[in-house]
Amino acid sequence: MHDLAAALSTALALVTAFDPLMLDIVRLSVLVSGAAVLIAAVIGLPLGAVLALTAFPGRGVLVVLLNAFMGLPPVVVGLAVYLLLSRAGPLGEMGLLFTPTAMVMAQTVLVLPIVAALSRQVVADLWEEYGEQLRSLGASRPNVVMTLLWDGRFSLLTAVLAGFGRASAEVGAVMIVGGNISGVTRTMTTAIALETSKGDLPLALGLGLILIGLVTAVNAAVFLVGQAARRRMG
Amino acid sequence: MTAEMDSILPLELDGVGFAVGGRTLLSGVSLRLEAGSRTIVLGPNGAGKSLLLRLCHGLLEPTEGRLRWDGGVGQPLPGAVVRRRQAMVFQRPVLLRRSALDNIRYVLGLMGMPRHRRREVALEALDRFGLAGLAGRPARVLSGGEQQRLALARAWVVEPDILFLDEPTSALDPASTLAVELAIQDFHVAGTKIVMTTHDLGQARRLADEVVFLSHGRLVEASPAARFFKGPASGQARAFLDGELVC
Repeated sequence: MHDLAAALSTALALVTAFDPLMLDIVRLSVLVSGAAVLIAAVIGLPLGAVLALTAFPGRGVLVVLLNAFMGLPPVVVGLAVYLLLSRAGPLGEMGLLFTPTAMVMAQTVLVLPIVAALSRQVVADLWEEYGEQLRSLGASRPNVVMTLLWDGRFSLLTAVLAGFGRASAEVGAVMIVGGNISGVTRTMTTAIALETSKGDLPLALGLGLILIGLVTAVNAAVFLVGQAARRRMG
Repeated sequence: MTAEMDSILPLELDGVGFAVGGRTLLSGVSLRLEAGSRTIVLGPNGAGKSLLLRLCHGLLEPTEGRLRWDGGVGQPLPGAVVRRRQAMVFQRPVLLRRSALDNIRYVLGLMGMPRHRRREVALEALDRFGLAGLAGRPARVLSGGEQQRLALARAWVVEPDILFLDEPTSALDPASTLAVELAIQDFHVAGTKIVMTTHDLGQARRLADEVVFLSHGRLVEASPAARFFKGPASGQARAFLDGELVC
C-alpha cells in the first residue's frame, strides 16, 4: 500500500514535470495511433457506406467477417504484419520492421474493421430514412455515399473514436512489429508493459494516467461537440 | 428530341400492378395522366394510393404491366430524361442535416447548376414559400409546416413537369395546410402536373380537377372532380364519400 502511494506520487510528479522522455513516448503513441485511425477512416468510411448501399454476392459473408474482425486479437495482427514485413516476408525488402511505419500498418489493420463495420451500420440506418427521398431527387451513387457520410458525421465520429480508443490502448501489435525500441518505437502501452516488468512502477503508472486522461479527453471533446451539433442540427 | 419537348407527360399506365412476397398490393391499373390538370388520388387506407404514386414516380418497379412516359413524341422517353423532370413531396419530408438554404442548394448541385448561381436561386425559392427568414436555420429544427414548405421549395427549383404529393398535409395544422395548398396552386399555375393523395375530402374538393379512386389495390374509377363528388359511378366510391362525410 505504501509502495503504491509512493509510486503514484512519483508518477504524478513525472507527469506534471513534463518529463522529456515521457513526452517523446506520448508523442509517438499519439502519432502512430492517430495516423492509423486517419488511414482507417479514409478507407473504412467509404467502404462501410458502399457495403451498406450495394448488394452483391457475398456481401453477407463480408459483413459478418467485418463484424468479427472488430475483435481481432492485436497480437495475431502483430504477428501477421510481422511475417509480412520480416526479412523473408513479401514486403521484407522495404525494411519497415521495427519502425513506426510498421506500427501504423498493424494498427490500421486493427482499426479498419471497427470503423468500417460501425459506419456500415450508421449509413444503413440513414439510408432507411433517406433512401426514397434521395432516389426521388435523382442523386447518383457517389453522391448518395457522400451525402450519407456527411449527414451521419456525428455518429461516424464516434465510430472513428472507438477506433482511436482501440489503437491507443492495444499493446500486442505495436510490441511485435515495433519492438519497443527506446526513443524509436516505444509507445505508452509498450513502455508500461516494460517498466512494470522491470519494476519501475512510477513511470508505468504515470504513462497509464496519461493514456487514460488522453482517451477520456478526446472522448469528452467529441461528446460535447456531438451534443451541441445534434441540438443545433436536429 | 428532348429540346422541343414541353413536358414528359402524358404518363400512361397499362395494367400496372405490384406484388411483394406473394401479396398483391395493386393490380391492373390502367390510367392516363395528362399534363396540366390536378389529379387527386382517393381511397381508403391500404387501397394502394401511396404505392401508385411511388410506381409512377419510379421509386418502385411494377411487377406487372408497364408505365410509359410519352412526352407527346410518340415514343417512350428514356429513364434519365424522365427522372430529372419530376419531383415528389412525402408525408414526412426528409430533410438533410444542414441549413434550409443548403437543402435547396444541394438539389441544385444534383441538377448540375453552376455553383455561383445556386445561392441566388435557392434564396428566391425560399422567399417564394415564405422561408426567406429561415434560410440559415438547420432544416431539422424547423416546425412541421415549415419543413413541408421547404420540401415544396426544394421541389420548386427542380421545375418539374409533374409533382407527386403523398398526403402532404396529413400531419399539419390548418394554417400550414393552407400554406401547402397555396403552394400547390403555385405549381399548378406554373404548369406543373399535380398528382396527390389525401384523406381530407374538403382538400380534395378544393384542389381536384380529376379524381382517381382506388380500393383494395384496384382502380375503381377515374373521373372529373365535379362529376365524382356529385355522384360517383361506383358503389364503393359512394360508400367512401358517405362514410367520410358522416364521420
